[in-house]
Amino acid sequence: MANILKVTNLNKSFGALHATDNLSLEIEEGTIHGLIGPNGAGKTTAINQLSGELMPDRGTIEFDGQDVTHWPIFKRAQFGLQRSYQITSLFPDFTALDNVAIAIQATDGHSFRFWGKAREDKSLIDPAMDILRQVGLDHLAHRPVTDLAHGQQRQIELAMTLATKPKMLLLDEPMAGMGKTESHDMMEVLRPLKGNITILMVEHDMDVVFALADKISVLVRGHCIVTGTPDEIRTNADVRTAYLGEG
Amino acid sequence: MRVRIVQLITLLILFTLPFIAQWAGQPFWIDLTTRIVIYGIAAMSLDIILGYGGMVSLGHAMFLGIGAYSMGILTHHSFEGSVVPFLPGEWTGSTSGFVHLAASILASGLLGLVIGLLSLRTVGVYFIMITLAFAQMMFYFFIALPTYGGEDGLNVWSRSEIPGLDLSDSMTFYFVCLGLLCAFWFIARRLVDSRFGGVLRGCKQNEQRLKALGYNTIRYKLIAFTIAGAGAGLAGGLLANLTEFVGPGTMHWTKSGELIVMVLLGGMGTLIGPVLGSAALLLLEEILSGFTEHWMIVLGPILLLVVLFARRGIYGFLAGKEAKDG
Repeated sequence: MANILKVTNLNKSFGALHATDNLSLEIEEGTIHGLIGPNGAGKTTAINQLSGELMPDRGTIEFDGQDVTHWPIFKRAQFGLQRSYQITSLFPDFTALDNVAIAIQATDGHSFRFWGKAREDKSLIDPAMDILRQVGLDHLAHRPVTDLAHGQQRQIELAMTLATKPKMLLLDEPMAGMGKTESHDMMEVLRPLKGNITILMVEHDMDVVFALADKISVLVRGHCIVTGTPDEIRTNADVRTAYLGEG
Repeated sequence: MRVRIVQLITLLILFTLPFIAQWAGQPFWIDLTTRIVIYGIAAMSLDIILGYGGMVSLGHAMFLGIGAYSMGILTHHSFEGSVVPFLPGEWTGSTSGFVHLAASILASGLLGLVIGLLSLRTVGVYFIMITLAFAQMMFYFFIALPTYGGEDGLNVWSRSEIPGLDLSDSMTFYFVCLGLLCAFWFIARRLVDSRFGGVLRGCKQNEQRLKALGYNTIRYKLIAFTIAGAGAGLAGGLLANLTEFVGPGTMHWTKSGELIVMVLLGGMGTLIGPVLGSAALLLLEEILSGFTEHWMIVLGPILLLVVLFARRGIYGFLAGKEAKDG
Protein backbone atom coordinates (compact mmCIF):
# COMPACT_ATOMS: atom_id res chain seq x y z
CA MET A 1 0.00 0.00 0.00
CA ALA A 2 1.05 3.57 -0.65
CA ASN A 3 1.87 6.10 2.01
CA ILE A 4 -1.00 8.51 2.64
CA LEU A 5 0.98 10.81 4.91
CA LYS A 6 4.62 11.72 4.54
CA VAL A 7 6.28 14.08 6.99
CA THR A 8 9.79 15.24 6.17
CA ASN A 9 12.18 16.99 8.57
CA LEU A 10 9.51 18.84 10.51
CA ASN A 11 10.81 21.44 12.99
CA LYS A 12 9.04 23.64 15.49
CA SER A 13 10.53 25.68 18.30
CA PHE A 14 8.89 27.67 21.08
CA GLY A 15 11.67 29.99 22.19
CA ALA A 16 14.48 27.77 23.40
CA LEU A 17 12.30 24.64 23.44
CA HIS A 18 12.81 22.57 20.31
CA ALA A 19 9.43 20.81 20.49
CA THR A 20 9.67 19.11 17.10
CA ASP A 21 13.16 18.20 16.02
CA ASN A 22 13.63 16.93 12.48
CA LEU A 23 10.57 14.73 12.68
CA SER A 24 10.10 12.43 9.71
CA LEU A 25 7.24 9.99 9.48
CA GLU A 26 5.58 7.85 6.84
CA ILE A 27 2.17 6.37 7.34
CA GLU A 28 0.75 3.66 5.15
CA GLU A 29 -2.79 3.97 3.87
CA GLY A 30 -5.41 2.00 5.80
CA THR A 31 -3.27 1.26 8.82
CA ILE A 32 -3.50 2.26 12.44
CA HIS A 33 -0.27 3.95 13.42
CA GLY A 34 0.55 4.56 17.09
CA LEU A 35 2.57 7.56 18.23
CA ILE A 36 3.99 7.09 21.70
CA GLY A 37 6.65 8.70 23.82
CA PRO A 38 7.29 10.00 27.33
CA ASN A 39 5.56 13.13 28.63
CA GLY A 40 6.76 16.27 26.88
CA ALA A 41 8.05 14.36 23.86
CA GLY A 42 6.08 16.71 21.58
CA LYS A 43 3.31 14.36 20.50
CA THR A 44 0.49 16.89 20.65
CA THR A 45 2.71 19.53 19.05
CA ALA A 46 3.30 17.12 16.19
CA ILE A 47 -0.43 16.42 15.82
CA ASN A 48 -1.18 20.16 15.86
CA GLN A 49 1.21 20.69 12.97
CA LEU A 50 -0.25 17.80 10.98
CA SER A 51 -3.80 19.10 11.48
CA GLY A 52 -2.82 22.67 10.63
CA GLU A 53 -3.36 24.34 13.99
CA LEU A 54 0.35 25.08 14.25
CA MET A 55 2.55 26.04 11.35
CA PRO A 56 5.96 24.32 11.38
CA ASP A 57 9.14 26.40 11.24
CA ARG A 58 10.66 24.08 8.65
CA GLY A 59 9.86 20.82 6.89
CA THR A 60 7.04 19.53 4.72
CA ILE A 61 3.82 17.60 5.22
CA GLU A 62 2.49 15.65 2.27
CA PHE A 63 -1.02 14.23 2.51
CA ASP A 64 -2.67 12.11 -0.17
CA GLY A 65 -0.34 13.37 -2.86
CA GLN A 66 -0.64 17.06 -1.94
CA ASP A 67 1.81 19.31 -0.16
CA VAL A 68 -0.44 20.56 2.63
CA THR A 69 2.31 22.20 4.71
CA HIS A 70 0.86 25.70 4.37
CA TRP A 71 -2.84 24.83 4.21
CA PRO A 72 -5.08 26.20 6.95
CA ILE A 73 -6.79 23.70 9.21
CA PHE A 74 -10.23 23.89 7.58
CA LYS A 75 -8.81 23.20 4.14
CA ARG A 76 -6.98 20.09 5.36
CA ALA A 77 -10.15 18.97 7.12
CA GLN A 78 -12.18 19.36 3.93
CA PHE A 79 -9.53 17.38 2.11
CA GLY A 80 -10.05 14.47 4.50
CA LEU A 81 -7.56 14.99 7.30
CA GLN A 82 -9.59 15.13 10.50
CA ARG A 83 -8.57 15.29 14.13
CA SER A 84 -9.94 14.78 17.62
CA TYR A 85 -8.72 16.53 20.75
CA GLN A 86 -7.05 15.34 23.93
CA ILE A 87 -9.46 17.49 25.93
CA THR A 88 -12.96 16.75 24.65
CA SER A 89 -14.00 19.43 22.20
CA LEU A 90 -17.72 19.52 21.45
CA PHE A 91 -20.52 22.06 21.00
CA PRO A 92 -21.84 22.19 24.56
CA ASP A 93 -25.21 23.84 23.81
CA PHE A 94 -26.08 21.23 21.18
CA THR A 95 -27.58 17.78 21.55
CA ALA A 96 -25.55 14.72 20.62
CA LEU A 97 -27.41 14.59 17.32
CA ASP A 98 -26.76 18.26 16.54
CA ASN A 99 -23.07 17.76 17.19
CA VAL A 100 -22.85 14.97 14.66
CA ALA A 101 -25.19 16.74 12.23
CA ILE A 102 -22.99 19.82 12.07
CA ALA A 103 -20.05 17.56 11.28
CA ILE A 104 -22.01 15.98 8.42
CA GLN A 105 -23.00 19.42 7.21
CA ALA A 106 -19.29 20.29 6.98
CA THR A 107 -18.84 17.80 4.15
CA ASP A 108 -22.18 18.35 2.47
CA GLY A 109 -21.07 21.17 0.21
CA HIS A 110 -21.10 24.66 1.65
CA SER A 111 -23.37 25.77 4.47
CA PHE A 112 -24.54 29.04 2.97
CA ARG A 113 -28.13 27.94 3.17
CA PHE A 114 -30.09 30.57 4.97
CA TRP A 115 -33.70 29.48 4.88
CA GLY A 116 -34.52 25.80 5.41
CA LYS A 117 -34.70 24.48 8.96
CA ALA A 118 -31.54 22.49 9.66
CA ARG A 119 -33.17 20.47 12.46
CA GLU A 120 -35.80 19.15 10.05
CA ASP A 121 -33.32 18.39 7.29
CA LYS A 122 -33.44 14.65 6.59
CA SER A 123 -30.20 14.74 4.63
CA LEU A 124 -28.45 15.72 7.88
CA ILE A 125 -30.49 13.92 10.53
CA ASP A 126 -30.57 10.45 8.94
CA PRO A 127 -26.83 10.03 8.37
CA ALA A 128 -26.17 11.56 11.80
CA MET A 129 -28.37 8.91 13.40
CA ASP A 130 -26.53 6.22 11.44
CA ILE A 131 -23.21 7.43 12.81
CA LEU A 132 -24.55 7.55 16.37
CA ARG A 133 -25.79 3.98 15.91
CA GLN A 134 -22.30 3.00 14.76
CA VAL A 135 -20.81 4.22 18.05
CA GLY A 136 -23.76 2.85 20.01
CA LEU A 137 -25.14 6.15 21.27
CA ASP A 138 -28.30 6.52 19.18
CA HIS A 139 -30.48 6.22 22.30
CA LEU A 140 -28.90 9.45 23.63
CA ALA A 141 -29.31 11.40 20.38
CA HIS A 142 -31.59 14.11 21.76
CA ARG A 143 -29.79 14.68 25.04
CA PRO A 144 -27.57 17.74 25.44
CA VAL A 145 -23.97 16.57 25.15
CA THR A 146 -23.15 18.16 28.50
CA ASP A 147 -25.49 15.59 30.13
CA LEU A 148 -23.46 12.69 28.77
CA ALA A 149 -20.78 10.77 30.65
CA HIS A 150 -17.16 11.54 29.85
CA GLY A 151 -16.64 8.33 27.89
CA GLN A 152 -19.78 8.97 25.85
CA GLN A 153 -18.59 12.49 25.07
CA ARG A 154 -15.32 11.05 23.80
CA GLN A 155 -17.31 8.73 21.57
CA ILE A 156 -19.41 11.63 20.27
CA GLU A 157 -16.21 13.41 19.38
CA LEU A 158 -14.99 10.39 17.46
CA ALA A 159 -18.41 10.11 15.82
CA MET A 160 -18.07 13.70 14.61
CA THR A 161 -14.76 13.04 12.94
CA LEU A 162 -16.17 9.87 11.35
CA ALA A 163 -19.22 11.78 10.12
CA THR A 164 -17.02 13.84 7.82
CA LYS A 165 -15.96 10.64 6.00
CA PRO A 166 -12.26 11.36 6.45
CA LYS A 167 -9.38 9.67 4.67
CA MET A 168 -7.29 9.92 7.78
CA LEU A 169 -7.87 10.56 11.47
CA LEU A 170 -5.47 12.17 13.90
CA LEU A 171 -6.58 10.97 17.33
CA ASP A 172 -4.99 12.77 20.26
CA GLU A 173 -5.39 10.39 23.21
CA PRO A 174 -8.86 9.07 22.38
CA MET A 175 -8.91 7.11 25.65
CA ALA A 176 -7.91 10.03 27.87
CA GLY A 177 -9.67 9.85 31.23
CA MET A 178 -11.63 6.70 30.37
CA GLY A 179 -12.29 3.69 32.56
CA LYS A 180 -11.50 0.10 31.49
CA THR A 181 -14.94 -0.67 30.06
CA GLU A 182 -15.20 2.67 28.32
CA SER A 183 -11.86 2.31 26.62
CA HIS A 184 -12.83 -1.23 25.65
CA ASP A 185 -15.98 0.16 23.98
CA MET A 186 -13.88 2.74 22.20
CA MET A 187 -11.52 0.05 20.91
CA GLU A 188 -14.47 -1.84 19.47
CA VAL A 189 -15.42 1.32 17.57
CA LEU A 190 -11.90 1.89 16.28
CA ARG A 191 -11.00 -1.68 15.31
CA PRO A 192 -13.40 -2.05 12.37
CA LEU A 193 -12.08 1.18 10.87
CA LYS A 194 -8.82 -0.54 10.07
CA GLY A 195 -8.39 -0.84 6.31
CA ASN A 196 -10.91 1.93 5.59
CA ILE A 197 -9.55 4.93 7.39
CA THR A 198 -5.92 5.58 8.17
CA ILE A 199 -5.43 6.49 11.82
CA LEU A 200 -2.55 8.17 13.57
CA MET A 201 -3.15 7.76 17.27
CA VAL A 202 -1.36 9.33 20.20
CA GLU A 203 -2.20 7.26 23.26
CA HIS A 204 -0.82 6.73 26.74
CA ASP A 205 -2.67 3.47 27.34
CA MET A 206 -0.05 1.00 26.05
CA ASP A 207 -2.46 -1.93 26.07
CA VAL A 208 -4.63 -0.07 23.58
CA VAL A 209 -1.75 0.98 21.35
CA PHE A 210 -0.17 -2.45 21.20
CA ALA A 211 -3.54 -4.13 20.61
CA LEU A 212 -4.68 -1.84 17.80
CA ALA A 213 -1.64 -0.46 16.01
CA ASP A 214 -0.03 -1.99 12.93
CA LYS A 215 3.01 0.20 13.34
CA ILE A 216 4.28 2.31 16.20
CA SER A 217 6.59 5.32 16.18
CA VAL A 218 8.38 6.42 19.32
CA LEU A 219 8.90 10.13 19.85
CA VAL A 220 11.58 11.39 22.21
CA ARG A 221 12.34 15.12 22.60
CA GLY A 222 10.58 15.93 19.35
CA HIS A 223 12.46 13.34 17.32
CA CYS A 224 11.26 9.96 16.09
CA ILE A 225 13.79 7.46 17.39
CA VAL A 226 12.23 4.34 15.91
CA THR A 227 9.28 3.05 13.90
CA GLY A 228 8.31 -0.61 13.87
CA THR A 229 5.70 -3.28 14.51
CA PRO A 230 4.41 -3.62 18.09
CA ASP A 231 6.71 -6.61 18.63
CA GLU A 232 9.78 -4.76 17.42
CA ILE A 233 8.97 -1.78 19.66
CA ARG A 234 8.37 -4.00 22.69
CA THR A 235 11.85 -5.44 22.47
CA ASN A 236 13.70 -2.31 21.36
CA ALA A 237 16.45 -1.27 23.79
CA ASP A 238 16.30 2.45 22.92
CA VAL A 239 12.60 2.57 23.67
CA ARG A 240 13.13 1.01 27.07
CA THR A 241 15.83 3.54 27.83
CA ALA A 242 13.62 6.42 26.78
CA TYR A 243 10.72 5.30 28.94
CA LEU A 244 12.73 4.35 31.97
CA GLY A 245 14.86 7.47 31.71
CA GLU A 246 18.19 5.67 31.75
CA GLY A 247 21.30 6.82 29.89
CA MET B 1 -45.32 25.89 24.70
CA ARG B 2 -44.43 28.63 27.20
CA VAL B 3 -42.10 30.13 24.62
CA ARG B 4 -44.97 30.46 22.16
CA ILE B 5 -47.20 32.05 24.81
CA VAL B 6 -44.54 34.63 25.73
CA GLN B 7 -43.99 35.47 22.06
CA LEU B 8 -47.70 35.73 21.42
CA ILE B 9 -48.33 37.97 24.43
CA THR B 10 -45.42 40.21 23.44
CA LEU B 11 -46.89 40.63 19.98
CA LEU B 12 -50.38 41.15 21.37
CA ILE B 13 -49.17 43.93 23.66
CA LEU B 14 -47.27 45.58 20.83
CA PHE B 15 -50.33 45.43 18.58
CA THR B 16 -52.79 46.80 21.12
CA LEU B 17 -50.64 49.42 22.87
CA PRO B 18 -51.27 52.32 20.48
CA PHE B 19 -55.02 51.77 20.79
CA ILE B 20 -54.71 51.81 24.55
CA ALA B 21 -52.64 54.98 24.29
CA GLN B 22 -55.28 56.61 22.17
CA TRP B 23 -58.05 55.53 24.49
CA ALA B 24 -56.13 56.82 27.50
CA GLY B 25 -55.55 60.12 25.73
CA GLN B 26 -51.77 59.75 25.92
CA PRO B 27 -50.51 60.07 22.33
CA PHE B 28 -46.97 60.38 23.66
CA TRP B 29 -47.09 56.68 24.52
CA ILE B 30 -47.28 55.88 20.84
CA ASP B 31 -43.96 57.64 20.20
CA LEU B 32 -42.40 55.81 23.13
CA THR B 33 -43.65 52.45 21.88
CA THR B 34 -42.42 53.27 18.38
CA ARG B 35 -39.00 53.98 19.87
CA ILE B 36 -39.13 50.63 21.69
CA VAL B 37 -39.97 48.81 18.45
CA ILE B 38 -37.21 50.58 16.47
CA TYR B 39 -34.54 49.93 19.11
CA GLY B 40 -35.97 46.42 19.31
CA ILE B 41 -35.04 45.86 15.65
CA ALA B 42 -31.53 47.20 16.29
CA ALA B 43 -31.07 45.07 19.41
CA MET B 44 -32.42 42.00 17.60
CA SER B 45 -29.91 42.53 14.80
CA LEU B 46 -27.13 42.77 17.39
CA ASP B 47 -28.40 39.54 18.96
CA ILE B 48 -27.70 37.69 15.71
CA ILE B 49 -23.97 38.31 16.07
CA LEU B 50 -23.74 38.70 19.85
CA GLY B 51 -26.19 36.08 21.08
CA TYR B 52 -25.77 33.50 18.31
CA GLY B 53 -22.33 34.19 16.87
CA GLY B 54 -20.56 35.23 20.08
CA MET B 55 -19.19 38.40 18.49
CA VAL B 56 -19.21 41.22 21.03
CA SER B 57 -19.38 44.30 18.84
CA LEU B 58 -19.11 47.60 20.68
CA GLY B 59 -19.78 49.54 17.51
CA HIS B 60 -23.23 48.43 16.50
CA ALA B 61 -24.76 51.90 16.87
CA MET B 62 -22.56 52.93 13.95
CA PHE B 63 -24.91 51.00 11.66
CA LEU B 64 -27.90 52.61 13.33
CA GLY B 65 -26.32 55.99 12.56
CA ILE B 66 -25.47 55.10 8.96
CA GLY B 67 -29.04 53.96 8.40
CA ALA B 68 -30.32 57.20 9.88
CA TYR B 69 -27.94 59.37 7.85
CA SER B 70 -28.84 57.50 4.64
CA MET B 71 -32.44 58.51 5.08
CA GLY B 72 -31.58 62.00 6.30
CA ILE B 73 -29.11 62.79 3.55
CA LEU B 74 -31.40 61.67 0.75
CA THR B 75 -34.26 63.76 2.14
CA HIS B 76 -31.89 66.71 2.64
CA HIS B 77 -30.75 66.68 -1.00
CA SER B 78 -34.26 66.18 -2.23
CA PHE B 79 -35.43 69.29 -0.39
CA GLU B 80 -32.40 71.34 -1.39
CA GLY B 81 -32.52 70.07 -4.95
CA SER B 82 -28.78 69.47 -4.74
CA VAL B 83 -26.84 66.50 -6.10
CA VAL B 84 -25.94 63.59 -3.81
CA PRO B 85 -22.12 63.46 -3.73
CA PHE B 86 -20.02 60.31 -4.34
CA LEU B 87 -22.72 58.72 -6.47
CA PRO B 88 -22.65 58.47 -10.27
CA GLY B 89 -25.08 60.67 -12.18
CA GLU B 90 -26.96 63.73 -11.09
CA TRP B 91 -29.24 62.20 -8.51
CA THR B 92 -30.85 64.74 -6.21
CA GLY B 93 -31.95 62.34 -3.51
CA SER B 94 -35.43 61.08 -2.88
CA THR B 95 -38.29 61.27 -0.42
CA SER B 96 -39.62 57.81 -1.27
CA GLY B 97 -39.85 55.44 1.68
CA PHE B 98 -38.84 52.48 -0.49
CA VAL B 99 -35.69 54.26 -1.64
CA HIS B 100 -34.91 55.23 1.96
CA LEU B 101 -35.44 51.70 3.15
CA ALA B 102 -33.16 50.30 0.45
CA ALA B 103 -30.52 52.97 1.02
CA SER B 104 -30.44 52.47 4.79
CA ILE B 105 -30.16 48.70 4.48
CA LEU B 106 -27.64 48.71 1.64
CA ALA B 107 -25.35 51.40 3.04
CA SER B 108 -25.12 49.84 6.49
CA GLY B 109 -24.88 46.31 5.09
CA LEU B 110 -22.03 47.34 2.83
CA LEU B 111 -20.29 49.08 5.69
CA GLY B 112 -20.80 45.93 7.77
CA LEU B 113 -19.13 43.88 5.06
CA VAL B 114 -16.09 46.15 4.94
CA ILE B 115 -15.71 46.55 8.69
CA GLY B 116 -16.35 42.86 9.25
CA LEU B 117 -13.60 42.02 6.77
CA LEU B 118 -11.18 44.23 8.68
CA SER B 119 -12.15 43.32 12.23
CA LEU B 120 -13.16 39.65 12.17
CA ARG B 121 -9.55 38.54 11.98
CA THR B 122 -9.40 39.46 15.65
CA VAL B 123 -11.27 37.83 18.51
CA GLY B 124 -12.24 38.61 22.09
CA VAL B 125 -11.11 41.91 23.57
CA TYR B 126 -9.37 42.91 20.35
CA PHE B 127 -12.60 42.52 18.42
CA ILE B 128 -14.42 44.67 20.97
CA MET B 129 -11.76 47.35 20.68
CA ILE B 130 -11.56 47.37 16.90
CA THR B 131 -15.34 47.62 16.44
CA LEU B 132 -15.35 50.43 19.01
CA ALA B 133 -12.54 52.17 17.14
CA PHE B 134 -14.38 52.03 13.78
CA ALA B 135 -17.57 53.33 15.35
CA GLN B 136 -15.74 56.25 16.99
CA MET B 137 -14.01 57.02 13.69
CA MET B 138 -17.38 57.22 11.98
CA PHE B 139 -18.74 59.31 14.86
CA TYR B 140 -15.98 61.91 14.49
CA PHE B 141 -16.23 61.76 10.71
CA PHE B 142 -19.83 62.96 10.84
CA ILE B 143 -18.97 65.55 13.50
CA ALA B 144 -16.35 66.94 11.12
CA LEU B 145 -18.69 66.93 8.13
CA PRO B 146 -20.23 70.41 7.84
CA THR B 147 -22.27 69.52 4.74
CA TYR B 148 -24.61 67.45 6.89
CA GLY B 149 -24.67 69.64 9.96
CA GLY B 150 -21.55 68.38 11.70
CA GLU B 151 -22.02 68.27 15.43
CA ASP B 152 -25.48 69.85 15.22
CA GLY B 153 -26.85 67.13 13.01
CA LEU B 154 -29.37 67.41 10.25
CA ASN B 155 -33.06 68.20 10.38
CA VAL B 156 -35.24 65.84 8.41
CA TRP B 157 -37.93 68.04 6.92
CA SER B 158 -40.49 65.33 6.38
CA ARG B 159 -40.98 61.65 6.95
CA SER B 160 -40.53 59.15 4.13
CA GLU B 161 -43.32 58.95 1.59
CA ILE B 162 -45.04 55.67 0.89
CA PRO B 163 -47.97 55.74 -1.55
CA GLY B 164 -51.23 55.21 0.28
CA LEU B 165 -49.76 55.65 3.75
CA ASP B 166 -49.34 58.81 5.75
CA LEU B 167 -46.25 58.25 7.87
CA SER B 168 -46.61 61.60 9.60
CA ASP B 169 -49.57 60.01 11.37
CA SER B 170 -47.94 58.45 14.42
CA MET B 171 -50.34 55.49 14.48
CA THR B 172 -49.63 54.60 10.85
CA PHE B 173 -45.91 55.04 11.33
CA TYR B 174 -46.02 52.82 14.40
CA PHE B 175 -47.63 49.98 12.51
CA VAL B 176 -45.12 50.27 9.68
CA CYS B 177 -42.32 49.94 12.26
CA LEU B 178 -44.07 47.02 13.94
CA GLY B 179 -44.59 45.33 10.56
CA LEU B 180 -40.90 45.69 9.78
CA LEU B 181 -40.00 44.32 13.22
CA CYS B 182 -42.15 41.25 12.57
CA ALA B 183 -40.64 40.79 9.10
CA PHE B 184 -37.10 41.10 10.43
CA TRP B 185 -37.92 38.76 13.28
CA PHE B 186 -39.25 36.15 10.86
CA ILE B 187 -36.17 36.43 8.62
CA ALA B 188 -33.80 36.29 11.59
CA ARG B 189 -35.63 33.26 13.00
CA ARG B 190 -35.28 31.38 9.72
CA LEU B 191 -31.66 32.45 9.52
CA VAL B 192 -30.61 31.15 12.94
CA ASP B 193 -32.52 27.89 12.45
CA SER B 194 -30.96 27.22 9.05
CA ARG B 195 -27.76 25.35 8.24
CA PHE B 196 -26.02 28.69 8.20
CA GLY B 197 -27.42 29.41 11.66
CA GLY B 198 -26.09 26.11 12.96
CA VAL B 199 -22.59 27.09 11.92
CA LEU B 200 -23.08 30.54 13.46
CA ARG B 201 -24.13 29.03 16.80
CA GLY B 202 -21.14 26.73 16.58
CA CYS B 203 -18.86 29.77 16.19
CA LYS B 204 -19.97 30.99 19.59
CA GLN B 205 -19.57 27.66 21.34
CA ASN B 206 -16.38 26.27 19.87
CA GLU B 207 -14.96 27.95 16.80
CA GLN B 208 -11.76 25.89 16.85
CA ARG B 209 -13.78 22.69 16.54
CA LEU B 210 -15.67 24.09 13.55
CA LYS B 211 -12.40 24.86 11.80
CA ALA B 212 -11.15 21.36 12.58
CA LEU B 213 -14.32 19.98 10.98
CA GLY B 214 -13.58 21.92 7.81
CA TYR B 215 -15.48 25.20 8.18
CA ASN B 216 -13.88 28.43 7.08
CA THR B 217 -15.61 30.11 10.00
CA ILE B 218 -14.62 33.68 9.18
CA ARG B 219 -16.85 33.70 6.09
CA TYR B 220 -19.88 32.69 8.11
CA LYS B 221 -19.14 35.31 10.73
CA LEU B 222 -18.69 37.94 8.04
CA ILE B 223 -22.07 37.23 6.48
CA ALA B 224 -23.74 37.35 9.89
CA PHE B 225 -21.97 40.61 10.66
CA THR B 226 -23.18 42.09 7.37
CA ILE B 227 -26.77 41.00 7.95
CA ALA B 228 -26.69 42.39 11.49
CA GLY B 229 -25.34 45.69 10.15
CA ALA B 230 -28.12 45.84 7.56
CA GLY B 231 -30.73 45.17 10.27
CA ALA B 232 -29.42 47.99 12.43
CA GLY B 233 -29.39 50.21 9.34
CA LEU B 234 -33.08 49.50 8.82
CA ALA B 235 -33.72 50.54 12.42
CA GLY B 236 -31.63 53.69 11.82
CA GLY B 237 -33.73 54.71 8.82
CA LEU B 238 -36.87 54.35 10.95
CA LEU B 239 -35.29 56.27 13.81
CA ALA B 240 -34.55 59.22 11.51
CA ASN B 241 -38.21 59.18 10.54
CA LEU B 242 -39.38 59.08 14.12
CA THR B 243 -37.24 61.91 15.45
CA GLU B 244 -37.14 63.82 12.15
CA PHE B 245 -33.54 64.51 12.95
CA VAL B 246 -30.21 62.75 12.44
CA GLY B 247 -27.07 63.51 14.39
CA PRO B 248 -23.73 61.92 15.22
CA GLY B 249 -25.01 61.19 18.72
CA THR B 250 -26.89 58.18 17.30
CA MET B 251 -23.60 56.40 16.67
CA HIS B 252 -21.84 57.41 19.87
CA TRP B 253 -20.30 54.42 21.62
CA THR B 254 -22.66 54.77 24.57
CA LYS B 255 -25.49 53.96 22.13
CA SER B 256 -23.68 50.75 21.20
CA GLY B 257 -23.44 50.05 24.91
CA GLU B 258 -27.18 50.60 25.29
CA LEU B 259 -27.84 48.07 22.52
CA ILE B 260 -25.68 45.50 24.33
CA VAL B 261 -27.56 46.24 27.56
CA MET B 262 -30.86 45.67 25.73
CA VAL B 263 -29.66 42.29 24.47
CA LEU B 264 -28.36 41.22 27.89
CA LEU B 265 -31.39 42.50 29.75
CA GLY B 266 -33.86 40.89 27.38
CA GLY B 267 -31.99 37.63 26.83
CA MET B 268 -29.06 36.77 24.56
CA GLY B 269 -29.65 34.37 21.72
CA THR B 270 -33.44 34.60 21.81
CA LEU B 271 -34.22 37.26 19.13
CA ILE B 272 -37.47 38.45 20.75
CA GLY B 273 -35.68 38.87 24.09
CA PRO B 274 -33.78 41.97 22.94
CA VAL B 275 -37.11 43.57 22.01
CA LEU B 276 -38.22 43.01 25.60
CA GLY B 277 -34.85 44.41 26.65
CA SER B 278 -35.45 47.48 24.53
CA ALA B 279 -38.84 47.94 26.20
CA ALA B 280 -37.38 47.45 29.66
CA LEU B 281 -34.51 49.88 29.16
CA LEU B 282 -36.53 52.64 27.49
CA LEU B 283 -39.39 52.34 29.97
CA LEU B 284 -36.99 52.41 32.92
CA GLU B 285 -35.36 55.49 31.46
CA GLU B 286 -38.73 57.12 30.90
CA ILE B 287 -40.04 56.42 34.38
CA LEU B 288 -36.87 56.88 36.41
CA SER B 289 -35.65 59.99 34.65
CA GLY B 290 -38.84 61.63 35.93
CA PHE B 291 -37.52 61.23 39.46
CA THR B 292 -33.82 61.78 39.01
CA GLU B 293 -31.37 62.49 36.23
CA HIS B 294 -29.10 59.85 37.74
CA TRP B 295 -31.47 57.07 36.71
CA MET B 296 -28.50 54.90 35.65
CA ILE B 297 -27.86 54.32 39.38
CA VAL B 298 -31.00 52.20 39.46
CA LEU B 299 -30.34 50.55 36.12
CA GLY B 300 -26.87 49.38 37.20
CA PRO B 301 -27.98 47.04 40.02
CA ILE B 302 -30.89 45.72 37.93
CA LEU B 303 -28.54 44.83 35.10
CA LEU B 304 -26.14 43.24 37.58
CA LEU B 305 -28.92 41.06 38.99
CA VAL B 306 -30.07 39.99 35.53
CA VAL B 307 -26.57 39.08 34.37
CA LEU B 308 -25.85 37.21 37.60
CA PHE B 309 -29.10 35.32 38.02
CA ALA B 310 -30.93 35.18 34.71
CA ARG B 311 -28.71 34.00 31.91
CA ARG B 312 -31.41 34.56 29.34
CA GLY B 313 -32.65 37.79 30.80
CA ILE B 314 -36.29 38.79 30.94
CA TYR B 315 -37.18 36.34 28.20
CA GLY B 316 -35.54 33.48 30.07
CA PHE B 317 -37.37 34.51 33.23
CA LEU B 318 -40.72 34.51 31.44
CA ALA B 319 -40.26 31.47 29.25
CA GLY B 320 -38.47 29.30 31.80
CA LYS B 321 -36.32 26.37 30.79
CA GLU B 322 -37.64 26.30 27.24
CA ALA B 323 -35.92 29.61 26.57
CA LYS B 324 -32.71 27.67 26.09
CA ASP B 325 -32.73 27.07 22.37
CA GLY B 326 -29.07 26.42 21.70
